[in-house]
Amino acid sequence: MMQKRTIEIGVGVFVAAGIAALVMLAMKVSNLAAFTNQQGYEVTARFDNIGGLKERSAVTVAGVRIGRVKSIVFDDKDYEAVVTMNIESQHDRLPADTSASILTAGLLGEQYVALEPGGDEAFLKPGGDIKLTQSAIILEKMVGQFLFDKAAGGDGKKEEGAAP
Amino acid sequence: MPAIINLLFSIHFVHGHGCGDLQAVRQGALKVSKNNDEPIVKIRSLRFAHGTRVIFDGVDIDIPRGKITAIMGPSGTGKTTLLKLIGGQLQPNAGSVVVDGEDVNKVSRDALFRLRKRMSLLFQTGALFTDLTVFENVAFPLREHTRLPESILRDLVLMKLQAVGLRGARDLLPAELSGGMARRVALARAIALDPMMIMYDEPFTGQDPITVGVIMQLIRMLNDTLGLTSIIVSHDVHELTMICDHMYMISGGKVMGHGTPDDMAHSESGWVRQFMSGLPDGPVPFHYPAPDYADDLLAGA
Amino acid sequence: MMGWLQRLGSTSLSVFERLGRGNLFLLRILAALPSLVLRPGLVIAQLYSVGVLSMTLIVISGLNVGMVLGLQGYNTLVDFGSEESLGQLVALSLVRELGPVVAALLFAGRAGSALTAEIGLMKATEQLSGMEMMAVDPLKRVVAPRFIAGIISMPLLAAMFSAVGVLGGFFVGVGLLGVDSGAFWSQMQSKVDLYDDILNGVIKSIVFGCVAAWIAVFEGYDAVPNTEGVSRATTRTVVHTAFAVLGLDFILTALMFGDE
Repeated sequence: MMQKRTIEIGVGVFVAAGIAALVMLAMKVSNLAAFTNQQGYEVTARFDNIGGLKERSAVTVAGVRIGRVKSIVFDDKDYEAVVTMNIESQHDRLPADTSASILTAGLLGEQYVALEPGGDEAFLKPGGDIKLTQSAIILEKMVGQFLFDKAAGGDGKKEEGAAP
Repeated sequence: MPAIINLLFSIHFVHGHGCGDLQAVRQGALKVSKNNDEPIVKIRSLRFAHGTRVIFDGVDIDIPRGKITAIMGPSGTGKTTLLKLIGGQLQPNAGSVVVDGEDVNKVSRDALFRLRKRMSLLFQTGALFTDLTVFENVAFPLREHTRLPESILRDLVLMKLQAVGLRGARDLLPAELSGGMARRVALARAIALDPMMIMYDEPFTGQDPITVGVIMQLIRMLNDTLGLTSIIVSHDVHELTMICDHMYMISGGKVMGHGTPDDMAHSESGWVRQFMSGLPDGPVPFHYPAPDYADDLLAGA
Repeated sequence: MMGWLQRLGSTSLSVFERLGRGNLFLLRILAALPSLVLRPGLVIAQLYSVGVLSMTLIVISGLNVGMVLGLQGYNTLVDFGSEESLGQLVALSLVRELGPVVAALLFAGRAGSALTAEIGLMKATEQLSGMEMMAVDPLKRVVAPRFIAGIISMPLLAAMFSAVGVLGGFFVGVGLLGVDSGAFWSQMQSKVDLYDDILNGVIKSIVFGCVAAWIAVFEGYDAVPNTEGVSRATTRTVVHTAFAVLGLDFILTALMFGDE
């Protein structure tokens, strides 16, 4: 029964290699490592506009990721987006007056939530709400604004020049 | 005959150890052999067509228990088809095939499988499993249908192989066997479960005289020592007259005659006599139907 | 004109007939599957011939595809100054598409055709018939273990293909072309999602495995039992599996990644 043994060893190696490949894909290639620490607490923040923020986008303080966006829902009473964030449990000393803004990594990068700690003595409690928020900067709006200002400024100069 | 002693030993051996599964199989065979008068296979007004080609058109056959019955006929008369009909692998268009009191086309699939454990079909090619050794081929039905310990299974397989004289070839693969050896291994596999009936499909075709002699002796010996019923499908008249007890002659979808080999040789039917003595011309004409020879030649001129 | 119509009619009739037979056959295989629980040895033996023997081909192909992806991806990305995204490009292409699809096509060529030929030849040499006469159901003993082995092997092979491919991309991108190793992995990890990408890729390969194994065993079992019939069936296995995999891939991709 030598042959049977060879077959069994071969199949064992095959299955182990396949599972190892799956594990590698999960741990090394995908973002599973970021999920392993699912323990944490949730805080919510309301934004007028979230831009391109997605579920599982990063939540950072001072550029360090401390959590992820858990869910984004639209509140049709206030016409605002309610973003629920999951913050890792060891970062439980965020001041109650922390502010949140949606920023973009680089010019074309993905968007994330940046938290800016305030000076309050009390800390944000699990399930707490971040009051101070700044919406995403929409590039099209900025460009539109810029062009409008430029046009308005140019006209002003011409009028000034023509008056005397 | 050491082979016979071994076979008998195998039966006692199994009973002695009280191996449940195999004993049940054997008891089935023993129970059956009590009512000896009833034919083991009863075929009544069998009709079978392959597409539009009618192969059997109202065939009645009785296979007597404990005897060797030969079914003969020219090539292409559907002799192999008949064996498959008996085994329940093909469904007849009309008529019935009753094996050991059970209609193979009416019983449930489970009952049919139970019935098949008690009969074996030896294919023309042997139909050995090409990826298994000789030993494993013979062990296959035992492994599938019984849960014998490996040591007993080994002994049983070696006994079956000894009976066909191939105990020394146990580690060979089917590709390394000659045609005759392959058939003997297939025979060992066919008797592995101690069936009540073995069907042989063209067992002598394409074999050298020594192998034919060996196979003939094996068929006769197994039939008598194991109390089997044997059905041989063939057109080798000479060999069949030597070993069989009863003969059926089939042609054109009908039974042309039946009886002992002696009856058949002196049959009133000219067709049967022509077949038995292998004459080139007779009721079966030498010439394919054609217009008159002289007319045909002159027509071209 | 009439002859042409007749041919069309009879061809489509026979296509439907085969489709129906194939589906009934699948049902019979599924009914036979529970009996395998008692005989794991049968599946293991088939895992060897279906999975283990395909491994070399899959690993070498995966490595090559990954390396080519690394090279081509780098050449394109470097124009935009975003060669750091190479890891993401290689990983997403492999995990979402190339892994399951190419592995399934290779599987059809290596293991599927062998399955068809094996079962077809067993039929041609009356081994299946002989088994039936020994009261052994060939569907349980021969077909079902091969079918299950195909389904188990396929996702494992596809995962190996993708994993080795990522390594190939890594060797070329980081080793030869000088992409930063940290950026390669971190970009990959931030953009490849466990559920949306990896899991969907695995689901795809399981579906492909079912289809490839089904086609292979059916073609073998349904083959005309002679030399020519078996060789035709083997060809059909490869061709039909390729069509089925590519067609299904489009449908699955639309379902899985369509709403992003």
